[in-house]
Amino acid sequence: MSSLRPGNVGIVIVSHSPKIAEGAADMVRQMVGDAVPLAWTGGDVDGGLGTNVAGILEAIETAWSPAGVAILVDLGGAETNSEMAVEMLPEDRRARVLVCNAPVVEGAVIAATESSGGSPLAAVKRSAEEFYA
Amino acid sequence: MSLDRVARERLVRALAGAVIEHADELTSLDQAIGDGDHGLNMKRGFEAVLATLPGLADKALPDMLKAIGMTLVMKVGGASGPLVGTFFMELGKALPEQPSRADLVAATEKAIEAVKARGRSEAGQKTLLDVLVPVHAVLAEGGDARAIAAEAVQAADRTTPMQAIRGRASFLGERSIGHMDPGSRSASLLIGAAVETLEFEVNT
Repeated sequence: MSSLRPGNVGIVIVSHSPKIAEGAADMVRQMVGDAVPLAWTGGDVDGGLGTNVAGILEAIETAWSPAGVAILVDLGGAETNSEMAVEMLPEDRRARVLVCNAPVVEGAVIAATESSGGSPLAAVKRSAEEFYA
Repeated sequence: MSLDRVARERLVRALAGAVIEHADELTSLDQAIGDGDHGLNMKRGFEAVLATLPGLADKALPDMLKAIGMTLVMKVGGASGPLVGTFFMELGKALPEQPSRADLVAATEKAIEAVKARGRSEAGQKTLLDVLVPVHAVLAEGGDARAIAAEAVQAADRTTPMQAIRGRASFLGERSIGHMDPGSRSASLLIGAAVETLEFEVNT
């Protein structure tokens, strides 16, 4: 589901559809390369469409970087579940994980591009969100 | 209010039963204005809660409520898992082991505030808050079990003419008008089941 490159901000992709999440991750890998820690998760606990907190926590762990993790989400529940997952992280990690208000595919590619240049978490989030502005 | 182990297990079974028996209805409400997974999601969550019995009912009331909330957060999925799960978790954090009615009023208020924060929402936006907030008002005014249960049903009905501002149904804009909010319906079912079980406890 990912490869680890500590140092740059990690990217987590959360979609209701595992296929979309995996596809978006494929696009990041192809367009940005292996310079950023990356993980994806999608689907509910039974494998249907949806998102789940346990899967998001696992993806954050997989993409963990000392520089932090930016999460890209698709619809409503993906965001709410991601925020829930962030609150369940250990205290010292909580402030280093941000949910971005950006389209999941474009946001993931832009965030990863920004991260691959060594930008800090706030800049990665801002770049992804500027796509909307 | 003191709930012994038998009463705690009865409460859990009543909550779960209410949701599981109405799963198809919740799903059809959600098919009208959402993505049609509410009944299935809530059913999965409460089946997971039932699977933690009998050990679940061995816990003191606050710990039992927190455990229910955590199971719902992890199993329900959708936005309902974190919202309903947060309600139970915060209720558990705020309630003492043998709560008075005043404790219940204060704790539900805290839990409702937590749901508002989690959903970045307020009453009036066609969400479960449109049941939780008015039901809390009846509880705070001293309403009995019957009054609380009646308000829960009526409050869910009142979401029908509302336009959704938060949640998936908000994508529909005006087309969300004319359908009951599924999250309000499930909250109403849970409240109905809870007060029925607690009927002889709540005023003591």
